[in-house]
Amino acid sequence: MQGVAFIHEYVGMVVGFVLPKTIPKIVRIEQMNENIVPLLEMKHISKDFFGNQVLNDINFRLNKGEILGLVGENGAGKSTLMKILFGMEEIHQTGGYGGTVLIDGKTVQFKSPIDALASGIGMVHQEFSLLPDFTATENILLNREPLKHTMLCELFGERLNVLDRQKMEEISKKAIGRLNVPLDPEMLVSQMPVGHKQFTEIARELSKEATELTEGIKLLVLDEPTAVLSEQEAESLLKAMRILSDSGISIIFISHRLQEIIDVCDTIMVMRDGKIIKTVPSQGVVIADIARWMVGREVANNKRDARLFDYTNTPVLLSLQNLWVNMPGETVRNVNLDIHQGEILGIGGMAGQGKLGIPNGAMGLFPAGGTVLFEGKKIELNNPRHFLDAGMAFVSEDRRGVGLLLDESLQWNISFTAMQVQQKYLKPYLKGLVKWRDQKAIEQATEEYVKQLEIRCTSTRQKAKELSGGNQQKVCLAKAFAVAPKLLFVSEPTRGIDIGAKALVLQALRRYNKDSGTTIVMISSELEELRAICDRIAIISDGKVFGILPATVDSAEFGLLMVGQKSQVQEGGSV
Amino acid sequence: MIVNELTSSVKGFIKSFGLPRVIIGLFLLLLFVTAPFVGVNVGTSLSDTLNRFGMNAVMVLAMVPMIHSGCGLNFGLPLGIIAGLLGATISLQVNIPGPMSFVLAILFATPFAVVLGWGYGQLLNRVKGGEMMIATYVGFSSVAFMCIMWLLLPFSNPTMVWGYSGRGLRTTISTEGYYLHVLNDFLSIRLTSHLVIPTGMILFFAVLAFIIWAFLHTKTGTAMTAVGSNPVFARASGINVDRVRTLSVIMSTWLGAMGILVYQQSFGFIQLYMGPFYMALPAVSAILIGGASVNKASILNVIVGTFLFQGIVTMTPSVMNSMIHTDMSEVIRIVVSNGMILYALTRKTEAVR
Repeated sequence: MQGVAFIHEYVGMVVGFVLPKTIPKIVRIEQMNENIVPLLEMKHISKDFFGNQVLNDINFRLNKGEILGLVGENGAGKSTLMKILFGMEEIHQTGGYGGTVLIDGKTVQFKSPIDALASGIGMVHQEFSLLPDFTATENILLNREPLKHTMLCELFGERLNVLDRQKMEEISKKAIGRLNVPLDPEMLVSQMPVGHKQFTEIARELSKEATELTEGIKLLVLDEPTAVLSEQEAESLLKAMRILSDSGISIIFISHRLQEIIDVCDTIMVMRDGKIIKTVPSQGVVIADIARWMVGREVANNKRDARLFDYTNTPVLLSLQNLWVNMPGETVRNVNLDIHQGEILGIGGMAGQGKLGIPNGAMGLFPAGGTVLFEGKKIELNNPRHFLDAGMAFVSEDRRGVGLLLDESLQWNISFTAMQVQQKYLKPYLKGLVKWRDQKAIEQATEEYVKQLEIRCTSTRQKAKELSGGNQQKVCLAKAFAVAPKLLFVSEPTRGIDIGAKALVLQALRRYNKDSGTTIVMISSELEELRAICDRIAIISDGKVFGILPATVDSAEFGLLMVGQKSQVQEGGSV
Repeated sequence: MIVNELTSSVKGFIKSFGLPRVIIGLFLLLLFVTAPFVGVNVGTSLSDTLNRFGMNAVMVLAMVPMIHSGCGLNFGLPLGIIAGLLGATISLQVNIPGPMSFVLAILFATPFAVVLGWGYGQLLNRVKGGEMMIATYVGFSSVAFMCIMWLLLPFSNPTMVWGYSGRGLRTTISTEGYYLHVLNDFLSIRLTSHLVIPTGMILFFAVLAFIIWAFLHTKTGTAMTAVGSNPVFARASGINVDRVRTLSVIMSTWLGAMGILVYQQSFGFIQLYMGPFYMALPAVSAILIGGASVNKASILNVIVGTFLFQGIVTMTPSVMNSMIHTDMSEVIRIVVSNGMILYALTRKTEAVR
């Protein structure tokens, strides 16, 4: 009964909350609190994008002043859920959603984010939506400025009112005061440190007081607000959140930093694959639990023909030493990694930690520095030609931008790189004076790849832009296979393609590795996918290799690495 | 059933050939049909059309390399024309009469075209995304600069310089005695007293067009098309995008120089000073009428477009003027050429190879 006692105490603190139905003991508490109407309740929310189920029967309640921590892997459905809450256009355009959203016990259906804002829900985005050359005050009260009447409006109407600067400053100071942070209301946003920008956004939401048309702020959604903050700034933000919660504002807090979630939240809700996996009070929860709930799949025991890769007797093919890459949003700071001949190495990690920067930097598509040794020879950085000449290939995560010639035929797409780098598919005329494209050879090769990878197209002359995402991905792979590389970087090969195509792409990679002995480095944000085909997996955190584990290790261990916790298992390449 | 089949086949034809081309083609056909009724000789009209086709086709061809490499429409054609004018004037200065002067003009124009084209290419590489705007001003400002140079350069051939001072080049210089009609008359076929086919000139264009067509089939040519289609893809395939673009600009500039030489030998005069100023627009609209877009163009586009555009320009003055006794030709020419450019710029992506 100790648990119940603790829960009583807890309920006293946050006015009441919901427990997962899996614990029968607590049901009566829920019944006890039924008379308290929650601020927000979502019932049986489901959503699919063209048959692809992204949210499935989501149920939760959020009480006044409660802080709910929402965690989950990328693509678990967190942002879709928030979009539904805000009535974003995207949701309506793709056929709406199932289930009901209740605010203060009344069913609501927001047609646009403006409706949501009017009923007292505020959102602070990952990207700042602030005007850089306006002061904090001006940004906080943008388009809601208190006005002063002037003589001119008697003549020309309301539009010639002037701003009541004094009152503006009062309001913004009050809003900033509620946060209890040192933010200068007169400072230009462009001169602020990131943390202060974040505070300005929150202050803007707080300054929304009840008027006859709109309600005051009741619920605040913070989407990864700490991701760009320094440790100190994050700490003061968390403090501010507690102050807000004490004053009766509920908060939904989305973050990948699990320790923060545990520290600040009252309740933690874990999402995975569009479902709520767990809803638990934060007290007593440890990071390892959350990590396991986030990544651990009950059905994870899919048949993976585990092979034992012999790391001691295979030479190092590619060695990355002190690699840094300046790729916007995916900065690599200092990566040291040895890739052995013939292995499939997975590179995983949270979005924005730098895993995508590694292949892009090694290939030279983004400014990079450090040492890259391939077969013992130094590869010149920032020069894609040198990378290709050495016998490496790269399948970019940006299919449409980097990977394909959208306006050209499949034949061109598949043969182009091999033609330019290795003089393949060229036929000499006039005793070698000129070399033309060998149309026949190109056609043959393309048809072979179409068959081998099951690319669905009307003909090999079809334009790449007319194919579906999965087939486009296969064309990208074919392009890389045509170069016959010794080492192949594959970046996010399954992003945005359906499950069937996913399996085919992964199979093709596995088979290619087995048949031609090509070393493959696969970068993916889907851990299970990496575990399915890789020999070992490196997890990147904060632009560095945080740990390397064999793919056979329990997925919870990887979950820990991803969120920046060292695992108990010894690291290293030898398996 | 038959009607259905017919409409679908007509629709298919219009789609593959392009509605603007069908309309302009029908309009041109109408002009040719009307011509005899208003007292215009069809033979002369056809002969004129062919002649103007030959005169302008090479300058339209000068659009192709830059369109392929993604540098957009070559509004900087006057720069190539200036290289050609330099070649022409130097050739006349050397003063070797007859067809040899044409060969010399080509030889002298080439280094200028390469150097100017290289500089022009370097400039365009620095303004990716705004090439066409910059190209327009490159063309205009180079014309203005050369207005000064034509006066200052130390030419002395009496056929070229101002009579009263003996210094500075005249605005128009006759090519008579040098390369007047060297290509027009080469193997020319006289069908009737009015209809002459300028075989040599058309052959010259055909040779250049074949060279460009063949080039686009080589490895470098393929790279050029890919750079125009998706420069990031090309870079990721190990292509030096800037170098390929520069090469395309040099090719376009050189073709512009060749174009003006062909034009001069048929027209009979070298036009200096403001002469090249408005040369780019007819060439740009011709290739667009031919079905090219801002980033896709083929040799067929060049041929069809030049024929349609020059056909309209030739036929409207004679036919329209005889019909309504007012000079409408210039109005129609301006409406067609500018309207076509406007149309093409709104349809950046709609390209058919």
